[in-house]
Amino acid sequence: MKSSMHIIKPGLFSTFQDLGRVDSQNIGMPVGGVMDAYAMQMANVLVGNQLGEACLETTMQGPALRFNAPALVAITGGQCRVTLNDEEISLNRSFLVNEGDVLELATVTEGLRSYLAVAGGFDIPMVMGSKSTYLRGGIGGWKGRALLPDDVIPLNTVSAHPKPRKVKGGYIPRYPKTIKLRIIAGPERTRFTKDGIYKFLTETYELSPQSDRMGYRFKGPCIGHQDNADIISSGVAMGTIQVPGEGQPIIMMADRQTTGGYTRIAHVIAADLYKLAQMKPGDKVRFVEVHLDEAHRLLREQQATLDTLCIDA
Amino acid sequence: MKPIIEVNGDQSFLVRLGTEISPVIHKRVKQYSQLLSEKKIEGVTSITISYTDVCVSYNPMVINYKELVKKLKSIDIENYSNTSGSVKTLSIPVCYGGNYGPDLNIVAGHNKLSPEEVIRLHSETPYLIYMLGFSPGFVYLGGLNQAIETPRKEVPRQKIEAGAVGIAGNQTGVYPISSPGGWQIIGQTPVKMFDPQRTPPVLIESGDYIKFEPISESEYKRLEEAISEGNYQPVINTQLINEE
Repeated sequence: MKSSMHIIKPGLFSTFQDLGRVDSQNIGMPVGGVMDAYAMQMANVLVGNQLGEACLETTMQGPALRFNAPALVAITGGQCRVTLNDEEISLNRSFLVNEGDVLELATVTEGLRSYLAVAGGFDIPMVMGSKSTYLRGGIGGWKGRALLPDDVIPLNTVSAHPKPRKVKGGYIPRYPKTIKLRIIAGPERTRFTKDGIYKFLTETYELSPQSDRMGYRFKGPCIGHQDNADIISSGVAMGTIQVPGEGQPIIMMADRQTTGGYTRIAHVIAADLYKLAQMKPGDKVRFVEVHLDEAHRLLREQQATLDTLCIDA
Repeated sequence: MKPIIEVNGDQSFLVRLGTEISPVIHKRVKQYSQLLSEKKIEGVTSITISYTDVCVSYNPMVINYKELVKKLKSIDIENYSNTSGSVKTLSIPVCYGGNYGPDLNIVAGHNKLSPEEVIRLHSETPYLIYMLGFSPGFVYLGGLNQAIETPRKEVPRQKIEAGAVGIAGNQTGVYPISSPGGWQIIGQTPVKMFDPQRTPPVLIESGDYIKFEPISESEYKRLEEAISEGNYQPVINTQLINEE
């Protein structure tokens, strides 16, 4: 019988995600993919997968799952109580599950999204070069939607399970409720008033509940425009900070559209996107400007940790 | 205007080629992206075009940004020599009015025209596809006849079906996937603008044209059935151009 994972409880919003559909933006296809790429890659390292293999991304309230075959599993990202057959186990390490074992992720207590990887990956189809679920288009992942009770997700077979590993103490990311996000000034920075830019770089902005995988809305002191907020629609990326006329910033996230029509004040640097991905409504942020060289240095450092952060458990 | 290269975050650059929506600037944008993709620069992860610029995404771990900027600057579209090519026009059969186009009468009333005149003006000439964006297969078209421009609905609809053909201000287009929206819906096409199971999922690209062809309700039903059975071939006219 094929190895699989039975969904007892799906959790609040659980979808399969990998690094997305980078190649299809010219047909208007959102890149989509994982919100916290760092935690996802870490989960893959723990089970010996390729860095970009699809993981299950859970949101706030985790799922309950039953395995019908042995598998090597790891959970990273948002901190939550995890139990295996009612016995508590730690995050950020890989562990073997046996046939019939029930794994349950409770509500997250720090961060927002957790990532579950299995050695060998989930046996779900590639659609347009990715296994990512794109909900609005109803494609990818498991039947183009979030998990439902009694879904049975096939797992790829692996010849031998790698040895369990764990993340070294100092390498486990924390997700505090007030964060600093480093940014690069955006192409329309000159369309704002001096006061607007000053507020953006010195005040605190709070994540609004009207936020999802497509975009995050923030509330805070108004970022004023010199004239108006419209631009001729142009390319946006994950982390692009747009400011519409009302002066409240919106940050583009994984399921963003490929182009946007509002002034781009700045972009969150790639190395800090994981912090953004783990923000909950009510969490607060300050924006700090850095130079492009610094952004790239930080990203290189972060990627390099993926090679060294694990040791045998 | 010489291309202007701007930082667009730490993983992409914008190459600005103009400041307005026009077929001339669109052509420069297409030429630039064509020349850039021919260079096959290692570390460039995607090239996305919009009305006035090309967005070049890159992996900073593979290519140093200063080196990439040099390469982006070296692309010369002023001496673009490839003047021959072909123009693709995709026919989109549309059943206008009635249940298929509940806002046809609103567009007619707003512009003091008969519904028949609206249909004629909407389907008379091909539209240039400036770009795709917003959602998969959504085309940004230029060239809507001013005589049928109509503002968006004051209260957007909760759900507009895939294939709905609408007008919003001076724009016209087709909804590729069902979504909420405020466009005035004047007709419906059975053709799938986006089908992830089809190769390719989207039939056209920027620089191609779309021509709407009015069809009757019975023809709509016949085509709808053919499409669901996989017996429909999209009608694409390819015309060779040879510019002096």
